[in-house]
Amino acid sequence: MAEYLNIALPKGRLGEKAYDILEGIGFGCPSIREQNRKLIFENEENRVRYFWVKPSDVAVYVERGAADVGIVGKDILLEQGSDVYELLDLGIGKCRMAVAGIKGTRLTTDKTLRVATKFPNIAREYFRRQSMEIEIIKLHGSIEIAPILHMSDVIVDIVETGTTLKENNLEPLEDIVPISARLIANKASYQFNYERVREMCEKIEGLQQDIK
Amino acid sequence: MTDWDGLLKKEEQTVFRLRALFEQYGYRKFKMSKFEEYDFYAENRSFLTTKNIITFQGLQGHLLALKPDVTLSIVKHTKGSYDCPERVYYNENVYRARKDDGEYKEIMQVGLEYIGEVDDYAVSEVILLAKKSLDSISSRSMLNISHMGFVQGLLEETALPPSQQEKILVCIGEKNAHGIGQICQENGVSQELTSRLQTVASLHGSLAEILPNAKALCGNEKAQQAIEELERLYINLKACIYDHGIHLDFSIVNDMDYYNGIIFQGFVDGIPTGVLSGGRYDNLVHKCGKNADALGFAVYMDMLERYGEEEKSYDVDALLLCDENTDTIGKLRAVQMLQSMGLSVAVQKQDDGRLKYKQLCRLSESGVEVIG
Repeated sequence: MAEYLNIALPKGRLGEKAYDILEGIGFGCPSIREQNRKLIFENEENRVRYFWVKPSDVAVYVERGAADVGIVGKDILLEQGSDVYELLDLGIGKCRMAVAGIKGTRLTTDKTLRVATKFPNIAREYFRRQSMEIEIIKLHGSIEIAPILHMSDVIVDIVETGTTLKENNLEPLEDIVPISARLIANKASYQFNYERVREMCEKIEGLQQDIK
Repeated sequence: MTDWDGLLKKEEQTVFRLRALFEQYGYRKFKMSKFEEYDFYAENRSFLTTKNIITFQGLQGHLLALKPDVTLSIVKHTKGSYDCPERVYYNENVYRARKDDGEYKEIMQVGLEYIGEVDDYAVSEVILLAKKSLDSISSRSMLNISHMGFVQGLLEETALPPSQQEKILVCIGEKNAHGIGQICQENGVSQELTSRLQTVASLHGSLAEILPNAKALCGNEKAQQAIEELERLYINLKACIYDHGIHLDFSIVNDMDYYNGIIFQGFVDGIPTGVLSGGRYDNLVHKCGKNADALGFAVYMDMLERYGEEEKSYDVDALLLCDENTDTIGKLRAVQMLQSMGLSVAVQKQDDGRLKYKQLCRLSESGVEVIG
């Protein structure tokens, strides 16, 4: 009997979309659709066990081997620098990491740039490559307020449609990196679950080819 | 006879097994001091995996360091040369910064180094020892082998600046084919070479199965030579009937300055990260002015701490209760008696619930009676 494959899903819309894909390729677990507060779901027939975790924790569960594979945004992988295999770009949850500021903001180098962000590592790395001196202001949400209140000069955040920025009189200034959801795997468990993880990758790739 | 295996923790058992294994192949134990001169590490910084070193002042005012690495010290002291190799193993604690919480950690490493002429025999010997080391930890283990020459050969074909090659190397390490595609596209690398690099990242399987595929990907002399070395290794391992559980996987990438030939990483089912890593590191030996090449590996014992250990459900077999007035000789005799039955015993005046026991006994006038 095959062992259970443990799959970490990010709570929320991205996780639900990802589950739809996995269900479509034979890794289904119907009980997950029940409306309740359970966090772990098993399907004996398909030998899979899903769990819902906070999106920013998915890579932690995978890196530490509690999950064999997981679905996670590239933003989180970049920020945390997790030591995992990044097997596939799922092409869902597409958005981009960008520098944004109040309309008309110019990125000047005559003083230290104050950057408000949820992603200090990504921001630091981006401005370091441009040899710009910055000061990071780490926030946990509602980043857009920081430049409005003149607490920061710019923000580094995820931009999906740009609506939130626009409504707050901000605009994207520079793109840092495109973001989408990735299928990641624990490096050790990959060795011992190779066939099943490979099967998962190939079937998803097959789906992606069909769409193209 | 005492059952030592039952008494020792998994990592302690493994240390003894590995030592016996290494001695069998003629490796001698290398004992090093806890500290080294800080300057020594500063000079060889590029050969250290960790950037953080714990330093303190020696009594003469010079700067000392708690060792972050053992290999450097072995290479410094080695007498191995192309004429006559030196084989040593070690069992030492090293001090490195922990990735997540930014604190230092003491890590026990057991490893070996072969310093001398690294011929096919030496490579086969060290790979065999690496696999046997994994086998002594678990029956479900995997040794992944890669070759820096092969990966470097392919990267050189791109003719990209080192910074971009480094980025592709990181993607190979993540098996990140889409990432490789993106970097190659941005830098105008040909479709054909891009697809070869993507294949390299995803290759995984037994030597027999994967070597022909890898051979087909070679585009220059360097990569070709690397594959030939791997082919000879495969023939040798097969002849020893020890090629099972050894895979080719080029996603094991490591510092290009340090390693230059075969590199490998070992996994054990149930432990979330690699427990063994090693490879060929001629550059370091040459830099230290030695006339030799070198190959070695280390097993990270800290990873075994939580592995395969059944949670002990009790602390002692028997808790022996005695009241205030029981005389000392009576207690000693009772304990001896229980021990002679093969039980571990703790003596207390009362059971306060902190010690978990299998049996509760009481010592009274009439002797030891079991009461629970």
